[in-house]
Amino acid sequence: MLSAILLGFIFSIFLVFAGKFFKGKLAVLSSLVPLALFLYFLSFLPRVSGGEVIRQNIEWVPSLGLNLNFALDGLSLLFSLLITGIGFLVFAYTAAYLKGHDYLDRFYGYLGMFMGAMLGLVLSDNLLSMFIFWELTSISSFFLIGFNNTSEASRKSAVLALAITGSGGFLLLAGALLLGGVAGTYSITEMVGLSDTIIQSDYYLWIVIFIFGAAFTKSAQFPFHFWLPGAMKAPTPVSTYLHSATMVKAGIYLLLRFTPVLGGEEIWNTTLIIVGGVTMFYAAVHTLFRTDLKGVLAYSTISVLGILVFLIGLGTQYALTAAAVYIIVHALYKATLFLVTGIIDHEAGTRDVTRLAGLRKVMLPVAIAGFLAALSSAGMPPFVGFVGKDLVYESTLHMGSWSIVLTIIAIATNILVLYAGFVAGIKPFTGKLPDGLSKVHLPSFLMWLPPVILAVLGLIVGIFPALIDGPLIKPVVDAVGMTGSEVHLKLWHGFNLVLGLSALTLAVGFVLYLTVKPSRSKERGIAKLDFIAPLNLITDFGNLFKTFSNWWTRIFQNGFLRNYVSTIILFLVVLVGYSLFTKHDGIPIDFSSFSRMTYYEMIIMGIMFLAVLFVVGARSRLTAVVAMGVVGYAICLMFVIYSAPDLAMTQFSIDTLTVILFVLVLSSLPKYLSISDYRMKAIDGILSISFGVLITLIALEVLSEPVNKEVSNFYADNAYVLAKGKNVVNVILVDFRGVDTLMEISVLTIAAIGVFSLLKLRLRRDDRELKD
Amino acid sequence: MEILLAIMIGTLYAAGIYMILRRSLVKLIIGIILLGNGANLLIFLLGRIAKGAPPIIPEDSKVFLEAYSDPLPQALILTAIVISFGLQSFAIVLVKRAHKVVKTDDLDEMNATDEYS
Repeated sequence: MLSAILLGFIFSIFLVFAGKFFKGKLAVLSSLVPLALFLYFLSFLPRVSGGEVIRQNIEWVPSLGLNLNFALDGLSLLFSLLITGIGFLVFAYTAAYLKGHDYLDRFYGYLGMFMGAMLGLVLSDNLLSMFIFWELTSISSFFLIGFNNTSEASRKSAVLALAITGSGGFLLLAGALLLGGVAGTYSITEMVGLSDTIIQSDYYLWIVIFIFGAAFTKSAQFPFHFWLPGAMKAPTPVSTYLHSATMVKAGIYLLLRFTPVLGGEEIWNTTLIIVGGVTMFYAAVHTLFRTDLKGVLAYSTISVLGILVFLIGLGTQYALTAAAVYIIVHALYKATLFLVTGIIDHEAGTRDVTRLAGLRKVMLPVAIAGFLAALSSAGMPPFVGFVGKDLVYESTLHMGSWSIVLTIIAIATNILVLYAGFVAGIKPFTGKLPDGLSKVHLPSFLMWLPPVILAVLGLIVGIFPALIDGPLIKPVVDAVGMTGSEVHLKLWHGFNLVLGLSALTLAVGFVLYLTVKPSRSKERGIAKLDFIAPLNLITDFGNLFKTFSNWWTRIFQNGFLRNYVSTIILFLVVLVGYSLFTKHDGIPIDFSSFSRMTYYEMIIMGIMFLAVLFVVGARSRLTAVVAMGVVGYAICLMFVIYSAPDLAMTQFSIDTLTVILFVLVLSSLPKYLSISDYRMKAIDGILSISFGVLITLIALEVLSEPVNKEVSNFYADNAYVLAKGKNVVNVILVDFRGVDTLMEISVLTIAAIGVFSLLKLRLRRDDRELKD
Repeated sequence: MEILLAIMIGTLYAAGIYMILRRSLVKLIIGIILLGNGANLLIFLLGRIAKGAPPIIPEDSKVFLEAYSDPLPQALILTAIVISFGLQSFAIVLVKRAHKVVKTDDLDEMNATDEYS
């Protein structure tokens, strides 16, 4: 199974090197890859429908619980067959659709990567590897939406889609980590057994929120649906494959996969019913206002995704069976409609439904495919759509007190989905052919055969629902935890309420299609409401966040050194000061241990204090430098008094050197201007003094604590014994810590080189002009 | 005496920060020097101070016979003094250079990396 997943990736890497051979006539050969995979997965069908789950475990990073565990059960098989089957048709279709395109090889590379990632997603039994594949599908979707990289709208849509699905992926990771923490395993199979533990845990609510967030963004549920219509900027094969048949169903897959783990709770079901219900109705209404064929199809796709979420929310045997059937139904007819739209766009050069009519005269096979798909989407017997719609009504009618409301929403949505299907599949082919379109002709069979195959398949499965019932649908229903389901697919249920509702749907839908015509003015009409559309609200939110970030950055990264310093000092004073005064009962300072003051020490201190005041208050540079020298010499004297002769010598020489250096360059130093006003000076003064007070308090408090002399004693005891030196300070520097001193010398050397080069550097005239 | 030294250290810190907060470049350097002196004294004080007992082993002995002041802070401070000299000299020359090129003394006018005239 791993090799099946990797095949997609290997194929796309292969194209990096051999891409140029696949741009021409050979391009169609690339469809052999998904075809082979389709046959491979088809070969598992008998075993899986017999109830077997095929597994493959490969240890990857066992210490992180990250293993490549793959499991092929009914649900995974259904998706794998869709991915590879529709993939095969789309790969073939693309060969003609993008014939001669400069980047055709690149396009196949992305498609191959997507196919591998999507297969990995539905086959992973490990939540973490599932997350990785989940993100890979988002990334390949980004590349495919932005495939027309010269168009700004295309690039924008790609970024938007990546932002939405990417943040969903982030939520999936969060949910996965929480689930892994609660369950103690990342294996989804094992989680099913631990379902009770997970539902009882404190984190259940968060897990559900995260999983929902991931599923709703990926499957374009309200209010995150808006990236999907934008994603229609991608070439039509991509819309068919990713944004209708497979990738957007990843969220549905996730929800189905976790129904046996997290499902059955009030919050799970109610949320899904509400979100799904709102999405399906909202998006269905939107189809009335679109004139772009792909726009109509995008919104009807969202609507169907809403129906699927809604069905998972209902959570009964009927509903889950209906969901499984609906995935197939939708894949068959929506892929057909997209492919048909692609052909129209490719041949007639427009997707504007108000300008298209009568195309049946020039492309009959395409018209047949569109017609069949439209009827299937309408739920007309004997198409598979009818079977699906029947099950939807069956499940809403069995929902007790809410059944009436739910059924009405379902009927209304289905009526509008019928409308959308007719607009996309029938309208362009009926009526009188406009003169401008009379030159349109049928494209190569590579393009018209795939939709015909899919449409006919929809008809065959509708007439013989047993073809999918036992082998495909039942294992899916088993996999989502409804073992021993009694629901069977039938085309004919006899005369009952469901049939009546179906008839009602069809009748109202026909009337709607005949009376309401897509028009530009309606599209403009709804555009007036754009300011409350989720797309704009979220874009506005994004802009707001950007403004806030800019503001925040401007405050903290303002480029003024003193602002940085004062912020740091302020926080230090407030935080340390706060804990100093609250964590202790007063400050225990042991005055008795302090040594006596002598008068000469006090004089030195007085001199030093005055010198510091002079430095701060000086009006000329020379005064300040000289006063600073005095401070240094006073410190030097303190070192002498308190038994540190080496320090005194060093301080003396260094201080002298500094003053000399200062004086040497003083003439070329800037003038000593006092720029700040009194207010600034006062604020800075208060800040500095409080900082000084804080340091003093800390010093006094530390002095009251016992001191650890272990290291000092080691050096003192061993200075002569080990290092044959009597001046302990010197021995430490040149012997015990000799390497450190060597480093220090290196630092000084570097500084010296820096000083020398800064002094000697002369910019040549042209250099300087260049920089100016 | 310790309390007086502690206050002195606080004064050096306060003066250092105050000077760093000025807009003049030269004051910035002086502030850094004052701050460095304060830090040296702080380390010195926290190693405990003692009079007339330098950490030098007497001529006729191999180990200390009497109390001695802590050599460890002294070694640290000695390193610090020397390193801070490296920093100061480089900063002084850098300011001189910057002043020559940018022709301003105001730090507020030097807050962008690539705008000088």
